[in-house]
This record gives sequence, C-alpha cells and structure tokens, in this order.
Amino acid sequence: MGQQVINGLFLGSIYALFALGYTLVFGVLDILNLAHAAVFMLATFVAVALVGHGLHILAALPLAVLFAGLVGLVLERVAFRPLRARTDSNISGLISSLAAATIIEAVVLEIWGPNITRFPFGTLPDGPANQLQLFGGTVSRLQLAIIAVAVLLFLVLTWLVKGTRLGREVRAVAESPRAARVLGVDVDRAIAAAFFISSALGGAAGVLYGLAFNSISPDMGRGVELKGLAVIILGGMGSMPGAVLAGFALGLIEVLVVANLGGSWRDAISFAGLFLFLVLRPRGLLGAAVTREA
Amino acid sequence: MRLAGRISLFVAASLLTTGSATAETVVKIGAALSLTGPAAAYGAQQKAGILAAVEEVNKSGALKGVKLEAVIEDDASTKEQGIAVFQRFINKDKVSAIIGPTLSNTATAADPLAQGAGVPVVAVSNTLPKGITDIGDYIWRVSLTEAQVIPSALKAAQAKFGFKRAAVIYGNDDAFTQGGYGVMKSALEAMGTTTVGTQTFAKPDKDYTAQLTSLLAAKPEILVVSALVENASGIVAQARQLGWQGPIFGGNGFNSPKLIANAGPAAEGVYVGTAWNKPSTDAANLAFQKAMADRNHEPDQFCAQAYTGVLAIAEAIKLSGGKGSRDDIKAGFLKVKGLPTPLGTFAFNKDRDGDHGAALQVVKDGKFQIVK
Repeated sequence: MGQQVINGLFLGSIYALFALGYTLVFGVLDILNLAHAAVFMLATFVAVALVGHGLHILAALPLAVLFAGLVGLVLERVAFRPLRARTDSNISGLISSLAAATIIEAVVLEIWGPNITRFPFGTLPDGPANQLQLFGGTVSRLQLAIIAVAVLLFLVLTWLVKGTRLGREVRAVAESPRAARVLGVDVDRAIAAAFFISSALGGAAGVLYGLAFNSISPDMGRGVELKGLAVIILGGMGSMPGAVLAGFALGLIEVLVVANLGGSWRDAISFAGLFLFLVLRPRGLLGAAVTREA
Repeated sequence: MRLAGRISLFVAASLLTTGSATAETVVKIGAALSLTGPAAAYGAQQKAGILAAVEEVNKSGALKGVKLEAVIEDDASTKEQGIAVFQRFINKDKVSAIIGPTLSNTATAADPLAQGAGVPVVAVSNTLPKGITDIGDYIWRVSLTEAQVIPSALKAAQAKFGFKRAAVIYGNDDAFTQGGYGVMKSALEAMGTTTVGTQTFAKPDKDYTAQLTSLLAAKPEILVVSALVENASGIVAQARQLGWQGPIFGGNGFNSPKLIANAGPAAEGVYVGTAWNKPSTDAANLAFQKAMADRNHEPDQFCAQAYTGVLAIAEAIKLSGGKGSRDDIKAGFLKVKGLPTPLGTFAFNKDRDGDHGAALQVVKDGKFQIVK
C-alpha cells in the first residue's frame, strides 16, 4: 500500500506540473493551448539532445526549460496574438494551437524520427544504491527529486503570480483585458509572460517525465494531454492550487484503480469519476465562484 | 529515404545481373515491414535479413534463369498502413509473394487481402497462434508461434528455478500480446504453477509501477510478461526499480537487442524463448552469420527468420520447376522439406506453420545467451 501511494504521488506530480502551465494560459486567456503537449514533448527531445552532446542533466534541464519558454513566446506571437481581436478568438485560438502542435510534432519527426529514444544510461545515478526505503515502499532518488521539483516549481509560480508586479498584471488581464489596459497594464506583455511561464512549466514536466519513464517519442504528449485536461477540469478551470491538488488526486486514483481492479479499468474509472464529479460540483475542486460578467 | 532504398536496391540488383547475358525472369517479392512505429526495432532487422538473403540467393545461382527482387515498404506498425501496402503489392507492384507484415496485429487485417487475391504470404515474425495461417491456404508462416515456443521455454525455465508461483502482466490491446498471454496462462496451468496475480496495460502506457507493485506484493517467484519490446523495456526497468531481483520471462516480443539497449543493466536475468539458436554450428546458420557479418550487421532472431522466409520462397520456386508465378510458389511451399536454414532444418507443417526446434535464452553480461 505504501508503495502504491508513492507511485500515485509520483505520477500525480507529473500530471500537476503539466496541468499547471495548461491552466495558467486558460486562466489568462480563456483558451486551451493544445500545443502544450507538443512543447512538453519538444523540450524532452531537446534535453536528450543536449545530454547526448555531453552536457550534464543539471545544465540540460534548465536550458531545455528555457527553450520551451521561448517556444511559448513564439506560439503566442504566431498562433494566438493575430487572432486575439477576433470575436471568435476562443475557437480559432484552439484550432490554431492544434495546428501549432501538429507542426511541432512534424518537425520533431523529421529531426529525430519516429522511434522511441531514451536518455543515455548514467544520466542520473540509478540502481539499488540510489533507492531508499520509505513507508514500506521503494523510492528512487530520481522519483523524490521529481516530486520535489514539482512542488518547488508550484511554490515559485505561486510567488510569481501573487507576489510580483508581473503576476499582478497577469491576474489583472485575466480579470478583464480592457480594464487592465485602461489602468496602464501592457496587456500583450502580460499575455506573453503567461505563455512563457506556461510553456516552461510544460517543458519541465516533459523532461522530468522523460527521465522518469525513459520512453521518449514524438507522440509522448498525447496521453498526458488528455490527463492534463482532466486535471484542470477537476481542479477548476484556471485555478492553480486546484490543478496541483487534482493532479495528485488523479495520480492516486489511477494507481488505486490499477491496484484494486486491474489496468484495463484505469482510464474508464478515472474519467467516469471525472464525469460524476463534474455533475456534482461543476466548478471543480477549487474553481472560482461563478464569474462576474462585465 | 524509401525512394533512396528503392534506388539502391535497383542499383544493387543491376550490378548483380551484369555478366549474365541470358534473359532472366524477375520474381518480385514484396516485404511489408514495420520500419517506423513501435515495432521499428524488428522491422530494421527484417529488412537487413531480406536484402541479404535476396542477394545471396541471386549470387548462388541456385535459381537458374530466375532473379529475385525485393520491394520493401513500411507498414508503420499499423493495420491501416499494412492494408495500404498490401493493396499496392497486389495491384500495382504485382509481386509474386509477400513477406510480412511484421506484427500479428497487422497481419490479421492485411493477410485476408492477399488470400482473396491469391498471393502467397510468408509470415516471418507473426507468432499469434490462431488467426494467421488459418486465414486461408495462401498464408504460410516461417516463425514459430508462441504456442510452439513458450511452453517448452517455460518448462526449461522451471527446471532451472523450480518456481511454483508466477505473476503475469500483458498488453490487452494487441492481438499478439493477448494471444501470448493465453499461451502463457495455459502453459503455467499445465505445469502446476499457481498464478498469484494478473495485470494488464495498454500500448501507449509508460508507467507500469502500479501494476507491478500489486503483482510483486503477491510474492511471485517469476514475473511473466507478454509485451512488445518498447513496453517490455519499461516493464523490466520499472520492475527492477521496484526492487524485483527474480527472473523475468518474456514472449517473442522480448527477442530484440533493443530490449537490452533500452533497459540496460535491468535486462540482466530476463529469459525468453527463441526460434533462433544463435550458437548453432549448422552450416546454414554459419553461412547466414557470415552473410550478415559481411554486411556489418549484427543479426537477431527476426533477421534470421526474415532470411529464412526468402530461402523458403526460393526453395518453392526451385521445387516448382523454376517458375515464379503466385500459384507456382504456393504449390512449391507444399513440397518444402528438410530445407537447411539459419533456424535449423525447416519444413512447413500441415497447418502451413513453420516446423523446427526452439531454445531458451537469457540476458547475461548485456547479451542474449542460450541457456544450455
């Protein structure tokens, strides 16, 4: 049982990290950035390439995360900003993000090919010497590090959003872009910042996922994308603490379903649970009260 | 890349023919292989085996007046693409025989097209016991089925470890991995082993720790896995990460150097039944290994089976009097007996399945080694 809880927390931390970025953009722009999973994947390939060129993972990880953030800036500039003035910008943004995802996947396919790859052996210390016994289960240092990084990034993000001027601007834009502009906020800059942070988080989640499961392929984002969507719905669309809570919850639910009912039931039960939850509590775990309409 | 492959094939073929002035009949063999997608590790080996075999057969002059030509296409490890490639082979390239497709799952969808069109198919890696050769009388198979390999390999493993409690994990969204599970289950029952737990996963999964944790909690003495190599690598690595040090037994999906490349040290102590006894000193096996060494290629079982598939087609052409039409080849298959191949002395049995010996191998010091 202890081991299963560890497994669930570990899986949940990756879901949470992925969903944090997802929900940040949703909270600010009210659109789903479907290219988030593609950035997740792209950053992982970049990290593998950097490590392959002899860089230590501790240097490759921040570089790949920075790269993911820059891709986010490009995405915002190319796929979202031109559409922002349009009345149907929610739907057209969704579609253009899907197009961006397809393009990124095609580029990765062209450069790295369709085969499954992995980080070289010894990228991180592995083996029994790096395992700890905790609560009756076996945990690797890598798993602990991933959970720690997820929590750390969540704390940094919370500070960024709540405690800095940039964060206040982003929140003001989320509330009402027009009012924010009237108050002197550079709306374009705030939105670009949100994209940078969101994509950087997605990239971090990708690299950690790649390190954890070492099965890296151009379609690796797809499975996580659907889970991420479930997590942000469960957590309350746009709520960051909600996304973290829901990420861990989904990880634990999945693991417990597999342990008690078998692997075939995992997605069926998780998504049925999501559905039921939405019927009972449509705003999600920590969703805001019905939003004020201007 | 595919175009380049075709061109180089063409060049190689034309180089080989220069010198023989007599008009030759060209017999085209289509090969639908998984060069991309989850089964790409097998497809690359098969491609190397087929190309080498075609060259060797043409060079040997065993088929007087007939020249083999391989047309290789990628089935992308999917049913849809497999069907498209088969249609192309049958209607556009007008091949005399088809080798492949790599996966049983694809074969169940594509082989009926060839059966309908009367094109003989030689399966060189499909190991699903039911649902391949029983599609019809044009479908033949070189690869031993899971039912021919797993029971004897499991028995050999039990003789070594004396296990009585087994835990099983298998992929339940693929015809091959599910078929393999069926064979493992009945073999374990027949051996009087208790199955202490059974778990499933799906092909896109990367995280198997929940399944493995609950299996290992039931205190098995062996972990039995039916999976394709990418899933297999993850399962093996994560089982070791969870502290499992006992033996792991895999189906045919484990028969790839990719398993060792992906799982690294975790793969040590993985047991798998194999259709190819690599250290065998049969002349045909030594000739095969020399042919591959000449091409700087490290062969695995899939390579040996694909090579054997071409040998079987060549033998059928010879036995039907040097004619290479679709029905000549099919008629020739009936007569193939005692053919020396890298897999051993080869024949088709009455179900059109391959018939030769099997062995058990283990990953030791980063290499597959035959368990004596």
